[in-house]
Amino acid sequence: MNEINSLVNYRYLIGELILRNIKTRYKRSLLGVAWTMVNPLLTMLVMTIVFSQLFAFDLPHYPVYLLAGLLLWNFFSETTVSATRNLIWSSNLLKRIYIPKSLFATAAVGTGLVNLLLALVPLGIIILITGSKIGPALLFLPAALLLVSAFSLGVGLAVSAQAVFFTDVVDMYQILLVAWMYLTPVFYPQNILPDQFQWIIRINPMYYILECFRSPLYLNQIPEPHIILGAVISAVAALVLGGFLFTRKSDDFAYYL
Amino acid sequence: MSTTLLDKTQIGDNIAIQLKDVNIRYRMLHERTSSLKEFVLNWITGNNSYTHFWALRDISLRVNTGESIGIIGDNGAGKSTLLRVIARILRPAVGEAHIRGSVTPILELGALFDAELTGRENIYLNGAMFGYSRQVMNGKLDQLLDFAGLGDFIDSPLRTYSNGMVARLAFAIATDIEADIILIDEVLAVGDNNFRQKCISRMESFLERGTTLITVSHNLGLIQQLCSRVIWMEHGQIKADGSPTEIIPAYEQTATLDLFDSSQAGRE
Repeated sequence: MNEINSLVNYRYLIGELILRNIKTRYKRSLLGVAWTMVNPLLTMLVMTIVFSQLFAFDLPHYPVYLLAGLLLWNFFSETTVSATRNLIWSSNLLKRIYIPKSLFATAAVGTGLVNLLLALVPLGIIILITGSKIGPALLFLPAALLLVSAFSLGVGLAVSAQAVFFTDVVDMYQILLVAWMYLTPVFYPQNILPDQFQWIIRINPMYYILECFRSPLYLNQIPEPHIILGAVISAVAALVLGGFLFTRKSDDFAYYL
Repeated sequence: MSTTLLDKTQIGDNIAIQLKDVNIRYRMLHERTSSLKEFVLNWITGNNSYTHFWALRDISLRVNTGESIGIIGDNGAGKSTLLRVIARILRPAVGEAHIRGSVTPILELGALFDAELTGRENIYLNGAMFGYSRQVMNGKLDQLLDFAGLGDFIDSPLRTYSNGMVARLAFAIATDIEADIILIDEVLAVGDNNFRQKCISRMESFLERGTTLITVSHNLGLIQQLCSRVIWMEHGQIKADGSPTEIIPAYEQTATLDLFDSSQAGRE
């Protein structure tokens, strides 16, 4: 509770940090903010060629399916990794002034959201080009963003709390992320897994979160109740657990950073 | 185990800082194991021994509102650790620390800056670190730019600045933030005489307004000029506490005596 309170007191700093993250990322690059939009498009292009031609996934409007999945996965992996990196990089700061430490994870999620919203523009274009269905189910999208933000914040807090004490936690986490991505139906259809392995998907929290985001965009459908329930449980559990792990250790950070 | 903001019930009205038997212990793994892999390996082989380092031992201190305190002592005596306790960065595991009101540290140059951002953007970023909105900072901007004297450089990225310019900007921002307690850790060492004089007169105007000032410096002349009370720290403890005219000469004397004595501070 204390931590939430101090986040409110430092709300201007969250804004300034998000602004700084975005500015410094694009300041010295030619295409500037356009990169946020071009980058996932290029990845999508390559993967579309690879997977629709070579593997011949039987999915209509595959580019939309893939791009929506990629955007969400990138959001999750980028925000959780940069939450951790930001906290470590800010050790100079934390040694010198008092700042609520969860602020860095919060700012990382904020930055990710800005980038994700920008990247929705090219996704919209792809939807129009491929003639995929789009409609009122989009109204569910803000809820999906809220769920993925909460989940990412929770995971980001949990990982960064460990990374303060051991520097190799970030590297291990990134390896884990790659494995996790392949276990999540980001670029392949869920039904290519044989029935006896479907449980792997069902215990994966990112599956529920991903479906919440992709259903309205790809199928023009509000996700099924059990998907929403799974996503809500995942998000709340991650936030509670991450918050607990983080605040339990956060007073000790200044001794280790 | 408490560090509280505005704790009126615990300390009297005219007290800014009250420390009671504060101990700060850094726990270091031997060889400073900083990777999880090593930690697990060492844990399996039973090699994870800790070294304890007492940075502060049984510090009790009371500072009244509006006092100007100088902290002196050799390197490793615990001066900066004490400042960190006052700044609420370190929470004492043993003892109590009550600090009333807001604390602003004036730090080594530009420790809080981002080199890619312009001077102006850094002003907003720094202001936000102390809880000020852009609106508030805009209100202070003219005065701040005037003190820093950077001219057109204010809209250039910080990496193009000279050290002196960074120092001026840092000081201008820090002193424009209204705080109840201001901490100064060896910052006035940099900058030319002219700028230093400007800083000192600003510090003096703060004292007139009733701000509490804590200065850590090896520059005894500066301490003499700015402080009304001096605390001499040694091996994590307060060795002496009194007026500058008593403490400074005593410290100078031992400093010359100890010139060849390289005893380690406070290790166990």
